[in-house]
Order: sequence, then structure tokens, then C-alpha cells
Amino acid sequence: MSVAQAGAAAGGRVGARGGSMASGDAPTPRRRRSRTGYYLLLPGMLWLVLFFAVPTVQLVATSLYDPNGSLDTGYAMTWSFGNYLDALADYREPFLRSLAYAASATVLALLLAYPLAYAIAFKAGRWKNLMLVLVIAPFFTSFLVRTLAWKSILSDNGIVVSTLQALHILGPDGRLLATSVAVITGLTYNFLPFMVLPLYASLEKIDLRLIEAAKDLYADGFTAFRKITLPLSMPGVVAGTLLTFIPAAGDYINTKLLGSPAQNMIGNVIDNLFLVQLNYPIAAACSVILMVAIVLMVLVYVRRAGTEELV
Amino acid sequence: MPDDSARRAEAGADLTLTSVTKTFGGFTAVDSLDLVVEQGRFFALLGPSGCGKTTTLRMVAGLEEPTSGTITIAGSDITRLKPYKRPVNTVFQNYALFPHLDIEENVAFGLRRRGVKDVKKQVDDMLELVELGGFAKRRPTQLSGGQQQRVALARALINRPQVLLLDEPLGALDLKLRRQMQIELKRIQTEVGITFVHVTHDQEEAMTMADTIAVMNKGVIEQMGPPAELYDQPATTFVSNFLGQSNLVRAEVLGRTGEEVVVDAYGNKLGAPAARARRSQGTVWVGVRPEKVFLAGAGSEPRDGSNLLSGGVVSDVSFIGVSTQYLVRMPWEQELTVFEQNSGAREAFSTGTHVDLHWSPAHTFLLDADQDAHAGDETYAQLVAEANA
Repeated sequence: MSVAQAGAAAGGRVGARGGSMASGDAPTPRRRRSRTGYYLLLPGMLWLVLFFAVPTVQLVATSLYDPNGSLDTGYAMTWSFGNYLDALADYREPFLRSLAYAASATVLALLLAYPLAYAIAFKAGRWKNLMLVLVIAPFFTSFLVRTLAWKSILSDNGIVVSTLQALHILGPDGRLLATSVAVITGLTYNFLPFMVLPLYASLEKIDLRLIEAAKDLYADGFTAFRKITLPLSMPGVVAGTLLTFIPAAGDYINTKLLGSPAQNMIGNVIDNLFLVQLNYPIAAACSVILMVAIVLMVLVYVRRAGTEELV
Repeated sequence: MPDDSARRAEAGADLTLTSVTKTFGGFTAVDSLDLVVEQGRFFALLGPSGCGKTTTLRMVAGLEEPTSGTITIAGSDITRLKPYKRPVNTVFQNYALFPHLDIEENVAFGLRRRGVKDVKKQVDDMLELVELGGFAKRRPTQLSGGQQQRVALARALINRPQVLLLDEPLGALDLKLRRQMQIELKRIQTEVGITFVHVTHDQEEAMTMADTIAVMNKGVIEQMGPPAELYDQPATTFVSNFLGQSNLVRAEVLGRTGEEVVVDAYGNKLGAPAARARRSQGTVWVGVRPEKVFLAGAGSEPRDGSNLLSGGVVSDVSFIGVSTQYLVRMPWEQELTVFEQNSGAREAFSTGTHVDLHWSPAHTFLLDADQDAHAGDETYAQLVAEANA
């Protein structure tokens, strides 16, 4: 039922005015189909084909090559679907670890970023822009350098470890480097801005009069947050968690610099297979599995979160 | 609407503001305001933007805390009460409907917060009252402005507040829809019997709907009373200009004969009932509404019994349909406005005609000449602003 019909049905006072809108009966002038739009799309499509479609096809193809081949002898296309089973069997643990680490880092980042984004959006006043710049500031240095900085912060002789030891939270031989804690901390730190910015963007858009309206309708501060602010910031939560989870799941720098082989993530496995063992088919199979797994999880997640209904 | 709510609301729930002041930094938005809104009234706070009317409303709602003074409803002090603890609900200026909830949940919001379990029946009844049955599952963005406005009303009314606050509720609607909603609001108010406090800058809207109007200016109430009383006997130049139009002519009081104050305006002897004189000595403004004034050819009207200003020249004629609006330039360079009904019984005048203005002394009012003759005249303020630009 169209809006106009419904309006007319419900008293016919408001909706009826729209009743004379063109209904499609009038003969529409024949319009020459313009191709300009397609020409304008061409550069983008070309770019996408060259730098996304072709490499992806190549990656999938590589994952089906004969695993017994080598760079020297060349790879034969043998449609070896067994590569996937081998990859899963051999690297199940790093796969699961990657997802677990990425999920932990995402949750931590969300817990840290939400109050921060909330404060910037609603409480910062004239400091708002400065705080946003500070959130982005880490990007002015390279990812590697920042992670190396964490390595020295968490180092065995560093102030964090000695403080924790003095407080008996960490044993005398306890350390932070080469632990899951260090890797998850690193991931959380590195991807935090990707969580803060979308959260800020969606919180900032919220009309404060909605909060006032909720309070006028018997909601205390917490209820108003739970019923109004939080649901309205869901697009930011979804965008932020995706932007954090996806790169975190494929990351290998944090494990490499802050962890040890015991904390190997799938990124480290792929890195090793491609560059050290030169086992391209299995490396490619791992990459495809990771990609498919992430796409599936994102689809389920976005559907469950139901953000498309939000205005 | 069930009867019990109406009965509950009748239990003497006057809204009282006692010397309420609100300052923002150095700016006094509301200045020691005293106000009693009787239970069951349709009360309008009328004034230009920045006069403090919305701030007053927000203090009643609890969204703004008074700097000093007290607010009570039905005798209990609510001055410092959190908004969600007050028996007050608000219809916000731009409706502030929750975009992520459907109409049903928007309307049910207040009931759910107070732990009411079975809301379906009440929500349906309320949507029926505002003629939006069948819209329960829509989202606010799928409704027109007028429909959203009615949802906002339903969402507030369903809680059966002791006082319903309306903050320029019709401001975002087009003229035709606004007229329709004015009648609608009045009908609903009569039906539910809840006190409505309506903030508006639209004098016509206030007069159409409210049974009591308080005209606010610069944080204080200039005059309060029924619309007809405010219109016929304005207490200040501000009220005389803001509520309709007025002709204000400077005059000196000559004396008093019986119940009439006699003044001299540029050589014309005019009378006004003593009861309508806000000032009865020294210099005054003689006021009369444009539709109370008649035009006559120069010298054709006898002076006795009625007020007569002679020596005018018609400077502008605007035909409006039901009436014709004349501007008449007086010998003292003032332009006065006259509305003549187009009844066909009276003579029409053209630009340049020499005319006299006459009207009944009973329609004359006298105001304090210390007040600005253009106070509250928004057209004049606009002209001044344009001239200065």
C-alpha cells in the first residue's frame, strides 16, 4: 500500500492531497539510452578488474595448484581441492587463534572507544576537533614504528613489567612480551582509531532532542542511553567492529613483533608459507579460507545487527 | 479516552510559577515570572523569538533548571525534580520522534518506561484519537509532517500528564495543515481535559486555540487574559502591536468628563472610556484597531459623539477581498491604517482622496506614551533592519 493510499484510508485528510501524482498512465517520452554513464564507470571498473578481480582469481587458482610443484619447476593446475583440507588440518589452531585474538581486540577496542567517542561527540565542546586530531595522530607514524614502540613499552625491563611485578600482579619472571596479552594489546591499540571514528560519526549525528524526549517520557539517564543513544549508534558500532575485526584477523605484524611462534596467527602462517617455505598452493588456500570465513561472518553479523533499517 | 483519566486530571492540578528567573551567563531569559495556569486550561505563552517563552516551558518540563523561584503542580514543588519524575509531558518543536522505533513503540515509550505491561489497547485508542489508526507499524520517516505531529501528540498524551507542554507544535507545518491542526488540537484538548501549555510566536494560533493567553516580552509577561480581552484592551504598546495591528496617535490629556477621558491629538478632540485608559494624565498614546475605524470624505462626517481625525490623505489602497486596507497620511506625517469591510454598502476611496477618520470612543484605548509606539511591531522591526542593512 502506498503512502498516499494509506493516508487516504486513514481519514483521507492528509494523504489524499498526494492523490493526483503521476501514476504512469501518461505516455513517457522515448528517451535515447545514454551510454555516458557506462563510459564514466569504465576507469573504475578497469581498476577493479586489474587490482581486485584478477589477483583474486589468481589467488584462487593458485590455491588449486599441485602442492608438489615449486617455484623452480613451476606449478601445474591440478584442481587440488585437497589443499583446503590440508590447510585446515595443519593450521586449524592459528585460524582459530586469529579469530579469537581479533574478536578480543575488537571487544576491547569497542569498550575503550565507545566512551571516548561519546565524550568527544557530546562532552568535548570546543576541544572536539583537537581530540579528533589526537585520535588520528598515531597515523602520522608508520604502523611498524608504533608496534615497535609497544615492544619497548612492554619489554622485560620496561616500566610496565616492573610496575606489575612490584604490585605482584606479575611474577618475578613474568613477562608481557611473547604472550597473547601483548598481541591482543597491540591489535587493540593499532586498530582503535578505526573503532573511534565511525562511532564518533554516528554518535555525533544523534539529535540531542531525542534524549530530552526520552527523559520527558520517564526514561532516566541510563535508560535513555540504552533505548535511544545505543540503538541509534549501532551503525557506528557495526562499522567500527568490522573495520577493527577484519584487518585484525589478517594481521601478522603484532604477533611478529610482540608475540612468539606460540601466538602465531593465520597471517603469520601465510607469511611464512609464501615467503619462507615457498609453498604457494597451501598459502593461497589459507588466504582464501580466511577471506571466505570473514565474508561469511560479516554477512551474518550485519544481518543480525539489522543496521539497514536505521535511518 | 476513559473517564477515570479525565477525573484524575480534574483534581485541582494548577501549574504555578512563583518568581521564576533563568539567566544564561549575563543574559536574563526569564525575569521573575509569576504565573498560574488553572487546571484544564488551554493556555498559550505568546511572544516573539527570544522572549523567554521556550525557556519557561523547558523549566516546567525539567529540561532547564530555574536560577531562582519555584514551580509547583497541584501544590507539590517540582522545581528541582528530574524531567522523568514530573507529571508533565512535552510535544517537541520538531517532534523528536525516535527514528529507530515504529509508531506503536514511539507512542508506547512512556508507558513502557513506567512498567505498564499491556500497552496495545491504550496505544490503539490513542492512535485512534489522533486519527492514525493503521499506522502503528510505520516508521516516523514514512509519515508526513502533520502525521508526525500527531504521533508526537499521542506519544505525550498517552501518559495522561497533569500538564501537557507544546513547544511551537505547528511551526513546521504549512499554513493549511496548521489551520487544520489548530482545530484538531483544540478538539483533543476538550476531549481529554488535560491542561495544555502552548508556546507559540503566532498570535493567530494563540487566539484561535487558547482560552488564556500570556503575552511575553523580554522575559516578563506583558499582559495575560482571554484572547478577546487582550485584543480589545491591550495594556501596553507591545501587546497592541504584537496581537493584531494598532493605530497609535500621540495626544495630551485635557481632562475627564464623567466616565470619559478627553484628549487632544494634533488639534482633534478625542474621547476614550476611563476603564480603557492605562494612563489618564499627561501624554498618552490614543489607540484604535484598524478595523474599528471608518473613512469619510473630508468634512462629510459630523464631529459630535464620535472620535474624528481630520485632514488625512489616502496614500495607499490594498484590495484584500473581504476587506480593503487603506493607508492614510495624516497632516503630522503619520500613516494610519484602516480596514474597511467590502460590504458594498460603503464608498470606496482612491489614492490621493482627502478623508477624515472616525470611530466610536468605546473602541478607543489609552496607553502610556513613555512606551515605544513600535514595540512588538514585527513588520516595523523588519523595515528598520532593512533600512540599516
